[in-house]
Amino acid sequence: MLRSIGVKSIEELFADIPKEVFFTRRLNLPGAMSELELQKHLGSLAARNANAATHVCFLGGGTYDHFIPAVVDHVISRSEFYTAYTPYQPEVSQAVLQTIYEYQTLICELTGMDVSNASMYDGASAVAEAAIMARATTGRNKILISKSVHPEYRQTLTTYNTGLEMEVVEIPFKNGATDLDAVKTALDDKTAGVIVQSPNFFGVIETPRALVDPVHAAGALLVVIADPISLGLLEAPGTYGADIVMGEGQALGNPMSYGGPHLGFFATREKMARRMAGRIVGATVDNRGQRGFVLTLQTREQHIRREKATSNICSNEALNALAAGVYLTTMGKQGIKEVAELCVKKAHYAARKIEATGKFKLAFDAPFFKEFTVKGNACPCKVSDELLKHNILGGLDVGHWYPELQGHLSFAVTEKRSKQEIDELASVLEGVQ
Amino acid sequence: MYPKSFFYTKTHEYVKVEGKTGYIGLTHFAQDQLGDIVFAELPEVGRELKQGETFGVVESVKAVSDCYSPVSGKVIKVNQAVIDTPETLNKDPHGEGWMVAVEIADKGELGNLMTGDEYEAFPKEPH
Amino acid sequence: MKKVQPLIFELSSPGRKGYTLPALDVPDVPIEKLVPEGELRTVPADLPEVSEVDIVRHYTKLSQLNHGVDIGFYPLGSCTMKYSPKVNEQVSRLPGFAFAHPYQPEKVSQGALQLMYEMEQYLAEIGGVKRVSLQPAAGAHGEYTGLLIIKAYHLKNGQKRHKVLIPDSAHGTNPASSVMAGFEIVNVKSDERGGVDLEDLKRVMTEDVAALMLTNPNTLGLFDENIHRIAAIVHSKGGLLYYDGANANAIMGWSRPADAGFDVVHFNLHKTFSTPHGGGGPGSGPVGVVEHLVPFLPTPTVDYDGKKYFLNYDHPDSIGKVKGYYGNFGVIVKAYTYIRALGPDGLKKASEDAVLNANYIMRNILGYYDLQYNRHCKHEFVAAPFRIMKDTGVKTLDIAKRLLDHGVHPPTVYFPLIVHEALMIEPTETESKESLDYFINALNAIAKEAYENSEIAKTAPHETVVGRLDEAGAVRKFNPRWRREA
Repeated sequence: MLRSIGVKSIEELFADIPKEVFFTRRLNLPGAMSELELQKHLGSLAARNANAATHVCFLGGGTYDHFIPAVVDHVISRSEFYTAYTPYQPEVSQAVLQTIYEYQTLICELTGMDVSNASMYDGASAVAEAAIMARATTGRNKILISKSVHPEYRQTLTTYNTGLEMEVVEIPFKNGATDLDAVKTALDDKTAGVIVQSPNFFGVIETPRALVDPVHAAGALLVVIADPISLGLLEAPGTYGADIVMGEGQALGNPMSYGGPHLGFFATREKMARRMAGRIVGATVDNRGQRGFVLTLQTREQHIRREKATSNICSNEALNALAAGVYLTTMGKQGIKEVAELCVKKAHYAARKIEATGKFKLAFDAPFFKEFTVKGNACPCKVSDELLKHNILGGLDVGHWYPELQGHLSFAVTEKRSKQEIDELASVLEGVQ
Repeated sequence: MYPKSFFYTKTHEYVKVEGKTGYIGLTHFAQDQLGDIVFAELPEVGRELKQGETFGVVESVKAVSDCYSPVSGKVIKVNQAVIDTPETLNKDPHGEGWMVAVEIADKGELGNLMTGDEYEAFPKEPH
Repeated sequence: MKKVQPLIFELSSPGRKGYTLPALDVPDVPIEKLVPEGELRTVPADLPEVSEVDIVRHYTKLSQLNHGVDIGFYPLGSCTMKYSPKVNEQVSRLPGFAFAHPYQPEKVSQGALQLMYEMEQYLAEIGGVKRVSLQPAAGAHGEYTGLLIIKAYHLKNGQKRHKVLIPDSAHGTNPASSVMAGFEIVNVKSDERGGVDLEDLKRVMTEDVAALMLTNPNTLGLFDENIHRIAAIVHSKGGLLYYDGANANAIMGWSRPADAGFDVVHFNLHKTFSTPHGGGGPGSGPVGVVEHLVPFLPTPTVDYDGKKYFLNYDHPDSIGKVKGYYGNFGVIVKAYTYIRALGPDGLKKASEDAVLNANYIMRNILGYYDLQYNRHCKHEFVAAPFRIMKDTGVKTLDIAKRLLDHGVHPPTVYFPLIVHEALMIEPTETESKESLDYFINALNAIAKEAYENSEIAKTAPHETVVGRLDEAGAVRKFNPRWRREA
């Protein structure tokens, strides 16, 4: 091979590296391992982590232990799906393109919207993209965001804002939900968008529909961050008038994976499709008259529009979106409703049992979905340690993010939690000093 | 190929003058370079344009191109046909494919543009 | 025989179920008593109703319409489509990784934290940097994070700099990330050798420039011989040098970006470090920095106190967070396993073979194809069919589509923008000589065929399940979702 290139040694191919920057020593990394050694080493690292297979998980905060049907991993393990690249050559990428089109349809159905993108990194970064889209659509520079939105989502928006330089105003919450009057007072002709979450970080089901008229009257966009599982039961925000519906899609067939890779889903109305970031797959026909799928509206994206692109996003969470698509297809029309109902009923049972201990009380007199916040006298770290002794993961220390809510804990109860597990949770909580 | 009575920019836009009104569009060469045009973003009626300023954007499947105004003036009409059926820009760029009509502010500016003969001879590099 | 497949919605039949769930085991309470009736869905989501066998057949048959690295050669320039070892897939699915919750107590997450800590050290060593954040979820995300770090650094030094310099050969994410970070772009020209034009750089490098973004080797596959001079010019005016790691597969163990003067370095784990591309994601774009930029890294960092690993949130100058939690951990596990599998010599050999393979292809297609820059390349190169186009009218697009008939995924086409009708070819090190020879023969055969009968390429592909698709129609008749006919 070297001969056909016309060189005598491989070093000649690296000769253009100036000697000042030529790396002369050996990389200081551990030596190569055989496959067997890798399995042992990684196995030992994994074994030192508690996880939902060894512990009962009542933790939430945006990442949830939901049931994942076996068929999901089976499908995403097919080589054609996971070793494919972005479908820029559509003739040999119809599987990826069609499954994204199906995913987009499923998200639109859940959210009540016209167009979805092919995924974003996660719920937190998707919030920042929503702010960018609100600005691009309205030409205005101010965002109102509720303090009941996940703290890491708000923190991510703040970080993105050092680049965007928008005015971001946080709206207080009252009784566990966005203070709607405060939103109406803060709305003005500089507001590009209002961002609320329902169910919110505390698990409370809010009423974003009450904001549709005032937000639109002010000429701004209403952005609703939604829990996709909850949309099996709760009204689709698109139906009541939201302009952008987005959020964290990990709960749809994706493992918790210590925080990533997760899935940012994002949907909007057809007339705003050009302002939406992320890849979009569209249906079309080929030169033989057959239906086919292609990436469309590509001129929004960085590889064409460059500095004028809607966003810099290139790689997304395609395989996680495929998992979500398989999940939603498998659960189907009946299943998504059944999952949501199981979550709600079990969460309320758990809340009742926990209150019955006398040690904790629901913090907010507000409806909740699968997650709820309680207040007690015990220090949250003591609660967490005690639960850990019984191989239970929970509750989330809400006071860590909200200084005014010291001693508040939240618990998430999904369809995976049995009555026995919930009863034991309550029993251990009763014993906490 | 290029109407002699029109005036042309180096960036391949034209203006067809009818009294005080200027009809602005893209030349045959421009639309040919872009390929199938799928979308045109046009300014609002009432907007004041300056000679050389971007007045809109056209998109083909794989490219985006800014459109630069040949003259200064106020936009008085926008061609809905181009918005509804962007292919019109390809099919009839010098006729039905006009994009905006402006009330020309200063006819002297036409002196900065090329005539039909000059544009015909103007080298058109593929980019 | 491969056929176009129906949509899953078209296979749906009311009442069919693909799932089972346990019955409710807690006392039943009507939903209306738990959730305000006004909040309930008025119309159910119209999701499909299909049995599991229909689901599996649908996805299995559909998958066969797709190309992947596991099926064949995928020489996309700057994408590094190398083979993804299966042991990486296996270990990433271990329950201790896949089912860990990001908010679970640190004392029972020591395995995950140790993995992240060690991964940081490995990337720091490969890049020559001091510390690395694993938080960004993709390369573009890493660029964006790096630019925010640069912005914060200048602000801390009392300077508000407005511009970022970007070469005309750069990937589109570079200008897009810069604008999102609040900067203006200034283009820097390339010289006749394909590197940064030093005179042009000196002209545009001012004290209002925050950084120069470079990838090295660049998108032409050429290592910039002036890199240390470039660094000196940028640093002399107080600017910082950003390394886009998309092409790091060429230099592992041969040259370290920070040694050449780069201050911020991002890596694409889904390129250089073998994690699978997944049809477009997930990726992971860790970003490393030299010492004076460490305080600005995203929070938390993973630190070690001598006894235990922990998440350190005590970073008052941190830019904050660019996404939830700590990064794409599941992707990081795969890349970590890859680095442990190869070790220092394996990584260096990977770069060596990547460079060898690219040069081999390049020299063997020069009979028909043209090079704008006649130099040894690194892991990728850019060619163009100038002669073929002039003589036959067959263009890069046609050659790409005709390659599909040969069972090969085309290279990247029409990028970088500075080469007209570009074909950007990156074979990677995991291709055998037989695989490379097959590709060389295919490219040469297509060229020969173009001279004999150019219509075949111009109407290609002929052997794929769908022919050329109407992309203009997909925009004009925008159809992004299926709708049930009324």
